[in-house]
Amino acid sequence: MAQQPTTSPAPAPGTDLRPYLPGLEPERQVNDWGRSERVEAFFDRTLTEFLYRLWFRCEIEGIENVPADGGALLVSNHAGALPPDAAMIGKAIKEEHPHPRPLYLTAEHFFKGYPGFSMLLPKIGAVPAHPANVHRLLYDEGQLVLVFPEGRKGTEKLYKDRYRLRRFGRGGFVEAAMRARAPIVPIAVVGAEEAAPIFAHIRPLERLTGLLYFPITPTFPHFGLLGMFGFLPAKFRIRFLRPVRTDDMGERPWDDKALVQTVAQDVRATIQDELVEMLGDRRSVWFG
Amino acid sequence: MTSRRILITGLSTHWGGRLAQALEQDPAVEAIIGVDRRPPKVELQRTEFLRVHDSHSLIGRIVEAAEIDTVVDTRMVVDSIVTTPRLAHENNVTGTTNVLAACSGAGNPVRKLVFKSSAHYYGAERADPAFFTEAMERTEPARTLIERDVVEADGAVRDFATKRPDVTVTVLRFADALGPSLRTSLSHLFSLPGIPAILGFDPRLQFIHEDDVAGCLEHAVRDDLPGVYNAAGDGVLVLSEVADLLGKPLAPVLPPWGTGLAASVLRRVGVRLAPETLGLLRYGRGVDNRAFKATGYRYRYTSRETVIKLREHQRTAAIVGSSQEAYRYERDLEEFLRRSPSVRPSARDAAPANLPPGERRGSAVAEAGYDDLGADELIALLPSLEAVALAELAAHEREHAARPEVLRAIAGLQGSEDSG
Repeated sequence: MAQQPTTSPAPAPGTDLRPYLPGLEPERQVNDWGRSERVEAFFDRTLTEFLYRLWFRCEIEGIENVPADGGALLVSNHAGALPPDAAMIGKAIKEEHPHPRPLYLTAEHFFKGYPGFSMLLPKIGAVPAHPANVHRLLYDEGQLVLVFPEGRKGTEKLYKDRYRLRRFGRGGFVEAAMRARAPIVPIAVVGAEEAAPIFAHIRPLERLTGLLYFPITPTFPHFGLLGMFGFLPAKFRIRFLRPVRTDDMGERPWDDKALVQTVAQDVRATIQDELVEMLGDRRSVWFG
Repeated sequence: MTSRRILITGLSTHWGGRLAQALEQDPAVEAIIGVDRRPPKVELQRTEFLRVHDSHSLIGRIVEAAEIDTVVDTRMVVDSIVTTPRLAHENNVTGTTNVLAACSGAGNPVRKLVFKSSAHYYGAERADPAFFTEAMERTEPARTLIERDVVEADGAVRDFATKRPDVTVTVLRFADALGPSLRTSLSHLFSLPGIPAILGFDPRLQFIHEDDVAGCLEHAVRDDLPGVYNAAGDGVLVLSEVADLLGKPLAPVLPPWGTGLAASVLRRVGVRLAPETLGLLRYGRGVDNRAFKATGYRYRYTSRETVIKLREHQRTAAIVGSSQEAYRYERDLEEFLRRSPSVRPSARDAAPANLPPGERRGSAVAEAGYDDLGADELIALLPSLEAVALAELAAHEREHAARPEVLRAIAGLQGSEDSG
C-alpha cells in the first residue's frame, strides 16, 4: 500500500525539535495521528484475533529482530485484494514480542480521500504514505513503521505472479530510514498471497467506483462488499529478518542515490530469497 | 525588547486589542498606535486609534510621522463569513502591499514586522502530510478566495523579508482560532445543535485559543524571531472528538460526492459553510508547532482545552448572554481622556502615556549608573554580566557614548558566549 515519496521532508532547521513534541493528554480518545486505542482494541479482540489464531494459524520467526525501542522501518512483501498481511504483522508484534509496541502502517493517499476508509484506517494505525509522516514517526517519535515498497503494484498483482516481488520504487523507504537513522527490518510473509488471490481486474468498474482497483477474487464481487473479506485459510508464516543498519553509512547517505538504490535492491533481494526458501520448505498452501 | 514605537493593524480584533493592552503596561514602549476598519472592542489607556479603509493605503504616512519602529500586522481576514470576498481581498492583498510599502523606502524607521498569516496557507488536501512544517508548501494550488489571498500575502511578506534583511520579519501562521469573542465559520458550525460532517470522513483538526493568538504575537514583539512559524495549540483532534467534547452529536449531512452542491443547499437554510471549511471537513489539517515552542513560547491552552473553553462559553452564553458589547469606543471621550488639561493627572497615569518621537524615558542601564564609569572600569565589569544585561548595555552604549573600545569588548564577550 505504500506510495513512493515525491518530495523529501525539510531538514530540521538547526535545532533538535524532539524535546518539544507534545505529550498526549490522558483524556484524549485518539492520538495526534488519529489513532484510536478503543477501535484498535475492538478489532484486535475480534477479527484480527480470529484470523491470526484460527484462520491463518500464523507462525512467527525471528521476532527478536524487531528492536524493543527506538524507531525502526519494517519492510514486507505485499499482496492480496484486501491485504491481511499488515494486520497479521502488527498482531505478531503485539503477541510474540517481549516488549509489544504499536505498529504504524503507511497507506496510500487514496485512502484518505475515500469515504469510510478515510475514517477507519487512521483509527487502526494507518498514516498517509508521506515521507514527512514516516520521518516524524521514525525520528521524532521513535515508532515502528511498516511500509510495503511494492505499494499498489503488489496488491494488484495477479495470482499467477504470486511471491514475485514487484519493483521497489525509487527506494524512498531507504531514504526515510537513513534520514531517521533507523534500522530497516525486512519481513518475508508466506500465505498472504494465497489468502486473497486476484484472478483478473475489471478496469471499467474500477473507473466507475473510483477505487484503486476492482478485482475478481474467489468471493468478490459476487458476494458483495463483504466478499472482500473472503480470505482463504492459507497457512501464514511470517519471518522477521536481520535488521539493516542505516546509521553507519556516513554523514548524509541519502544524498547518494546510488547507495540508496543499492540498499533498496539488497533488501528486496533478501526478502525474495527468503520467500523462495520458505516456499521450498512448504508442503501445503493450507497446512504449511 | 527593541520595539519602542509600535503600530498595530487590526486593533479591533480580539488579539489586536489584547496585544495593545499588554504592551501599554510596558514603560519601555513609548508609543502604541492602532488602526482598523472598525473601532476597538476593548478599553485602551494610551493606544491611539485611527480608523482606516480596507486597503490601508495611508498607513505609510502614519509610520513616518510617528517614527514607528515595529509594525504588528494582525489585519488579515482568514474567514470568508466575516466580510464580502471583495473587501476581504482588498484588505488581504492590497492591504498587505500597502503595509509592506509603509515599511520600505529610504530612511524608513521600521525595524521589525510581525505578520499574522494563517494555516490556510497549507490548504487541506488529500496528499498532505499529517503535520505541516514551516518549510512545506501546499500540495495543490489554492482553490478558495481566502486561501488564495493568504498564499499571496504570505508570499509577499516573505519576499519583503529576503529583500530587506535589516528588518526582522516574523510570519506567524495560525491554526483555526476559537474563543468566546470570535465569530468564525468553525465556531458557527460548532454552535449548531449537531456538528455538520461529510459522511465517511473524520478529519483531524487543530485549534488555537484566541488568548494564545495574542500571546504569540506579543512573544514575537518582545523577542526578535526572524522567520516563519506555525502557531497552534498542542494536540490534533478528530472531528468526532470535537463533537464529543462539545457534547453534541455529529451530523454527517454532507455526502462524500457532490459535497459542494449539498453545501450550497445548507447555505440556503442558514448554515454558514465557508468554502475553505469544506476542505477542512474532508481532509483536515495538522501543523507542527514545535519551532515556535523552541523559541520559548508556552501555549496556555491545548487544542482540546480550547474546545472545552468554547463549550463552557457556549453553555454560559446561553444563560447569561454574551458580554461582548460591554465596551463601546467613543472617539470624543477617548480624545478628552488623553488630551484635555482638565483630566486629573492620576487618571492618566494608570499606564504610561505615549511619547512623541525622539523622547525617551530613562533606561534601566542609565539608572544603574554605568554612564558615570570610565571605559576601563566598565570593561573590567563586563565579564560579571549575564548575556541579557550585556545586550542591554551594548544597545545603551551604542546609543549614547558609543566608545569603540567598550563596544569591542562587549562584542568579544558576546561572541565567546555564542560559541560556548
